[in-house]
Amino acid sequence: MTVDSLKADLAGQGYVAENDLAMALHLALSLERPLLLEGAAGVGKTEIARALAAAQGRELIRLQCYEGLDAAQAIYEWNYQRQLLSIRAAAEDGETGQAVEQRLFSEEFLLERPLLRALRRPTSPVLLIDEIDRADEEFEAYLLEILADYAVTIPELGTITAMSRPIVILTANGTRDLSDALRRRCLYAYVDYPSTETELNILAARCPQVSQHLGQQIVGFVQALRREDLEKTPGIAEMLDFSAALGGLGLADLSEDPQAVSVALATLLKTSADRASITTEVAQRLAGKAA
Amino acid sequence: MSLRGQITRFAARDPGPHARIAGFMAHLRAQGWPVGVAETEVCLTALTCLPEPSEAHVRAALRAVCCGSAEDVSRFDALFDAYWRNGGRVRTRVAPSGSKPGQKSGAHAPTAPGRSKEQGKIDRPDTGDGDGDSAGDMSGKLVAAKGRNLMTIDLRELIAPKDIQAAEAIATRLGAALRDRRSRRRKAARRGQGLDFRRTVRRSLASGGEPLHLAMRKRPDRPVKLTVLVDVSGSMSVYARPFLAFLAGLIRADTTAEAFLFHTRLVRVTGALRDDDPLRALGRITLLADGMGGGSKIGETLQQFAKGPARRCVDGRSVVVILSDGYDSAEPQTVGTALETLAKRGCRIVWLNPLKGWKDYAPVAAGMSAALPHLDLFAPANTLASLAALEQEFARL
Repeated sequence: MTVDSLKADLAGQGYVAENDLAMALHLALSLERPLLLEGAAGVGKTEIARALAAAQGRELIRLQCYEGLDAAQAIYEWNYQRQLLSIRAAAEDGETGQAVEQRLFSEEFLLERPLLRALRRPTSPVLLIDEIDRADEEFEAYLLEILADYAVTIPELGTITAMSRPIVILTANGTRDLSDALRRRCLYAYVDYPSTETELNILAARCPQVSQHLGQQIVGFVQALRREDLEKTPGIAEMLDFSAALGGLGLADLSEDPQAVSVALATLLKTSADRASITTEVAQRLAGKAA
Repeated sequence: MSLRGQITRFAARDPGPHARIAGFMAHLRAQGWPVGVAETEVCLTALTCLPEPSEAHVRAALRAVCCGSAEDVSRFDALFDAYWRNGGRVRTRVAPSGSKPGQKSGAHAPTAPGRSKEQGKIDRPDTGDGDGDSAGDMSGKLVAAKGRNLMTIDLRELIAPKDIQAAEAIATRLGAALRDRRSRRRKAARRGQGLDFRRTVRRSLASGGEPLHLAMRKRPDRPVKLTVLVDVSGSMSVYARPFLAFLAGLIRADTTAEAFLFHTRLVRVTGALRDDDPLRALGRITLLADGMGGGSKIGETLQQFAKGPARRCVDGRSVVVILSDGYDSAEPQTVGTALETLAKRGCRIVWLNPLKGWKDYAPVAAGMSAALPHLDLFAPANTLASLAALEQEFARL
């Protein structure tokens, strides 16, 4: 498989990847190394895992990180209720203590969480560890073992090694600095807001009903908006929502109905301060520049 | 390829691609990149996976392997060109010389002479002042003059090692006073609010399934992260001594703390201050803090902080300490908006103002009054002793 065929596969899933990103993905696949994606919110970091899984017919296993995420929720947990019931039942059946213990800590009572599940699939899945920087440092340490050896150690069961190595994609958007150890184990790609050309391709792939003229206006407008000083810069998903909204309003040109464009801005601007700073006039000026 | 002529020609005795990649890694390492043998190996394997050995592909592949952050990505191209495209001559400091001219536009006069100091002429700071003089004459009066005057002061003469030791003790105590944020994570503990099922079940095996001994879990306390911003503009120069000692002590005592200096620019000095030798650390920040004693743009630098480094090092478990007198040469309202942005990150903000200790002091400086509504604590501090006295106040935060 080459970089270009990978790009074509992703494009088939409606994901337009820039060259650097495609190369990083290609290497992650061929070297079986985790890939760390960084970039602002809304540039399509999460989406790429979805597109890759769909393009290659792999399963997507997703782990959303948050502060306080621990091994019990990310890797595995014992099914305590069943264990308790089983101990009671064993006492009535007169099972020996050793036999009970053997059985209690067997796979039967193991609850797989995303990381362990990804390791135990017969065909290698895409494992998406989303927003890793939201989890705390302790969790990063758990990850290091898994990413280095693709193995999980469960004290009662021993080390479980991956049946097939999952394709690991980690995303981060700079909530906190990741440790060097984690960075070193990963390939790295920085995903930026797309260039005008790429964004036009994305729009064409995702919203084919939008006319070319309007599409160019939309992309120009959103790119101009990203250069404004906003609290939350609109990403690609917002741009697609915006075009869908304009489509729903039946607009063929941005300067046609300033009021309608201003209403549709609700899909792009997500804080009251941003909403206040981009008035109808400013929006028209940006749209005019874009056209 | 039309650029073939520029591509580095390696000597005939060059042993081959392995050595060249290793050489490239050594080149990156010389620039301070944390790449080692493992990366070299990955690079070589990566190159075998390429569909065609074109320059664009090789560049993209090496970038994916060697880079580890957005900053690395922006520097990578220059380093790549320096090694593979430079006729074999590797420049030692590529990135700084490339980025200099752009940064200079709009900078205040005092920063100009300092820039030249950055290249290591610590003993004779006056040598670089030639162009600084003329620039200073154009834009500033008092500011520029002060800037030059202080430029010759070496922080190592200003601060004694025993100051740093005292400051270390104070910083440790202040840090300890702040340690009260609960973790979201639960940990096994002798007593606590939640049951630790894992251990409870294991223990109940011994008692035939009856959970006689309940193991508990609780949420442990986590240390608060301190970020300190010290104003080193002209008006603050008399207080530089205790504050910088405090900064040096804090960074040495607390491994998660971050330190920044600001005047007309914002400089991160954490790395420099973490040097093993305290005096050498001060020497290094003397180099970094070039515009010291010049003008101040509090609002602008705080804004820069809130939008840049704060996104990385400030979260709901942080306390941001600003040491400044609030005298700002720029639009005062920007201080308010900057602090508002910063407060949205969920941190607590402490402003220590050396002037507040004065009799009849009122925060009339426009910048200061704009800042007040966003502060969690506004307290006086002008000596190490007064910083130590803040322990109680910090504990109350």
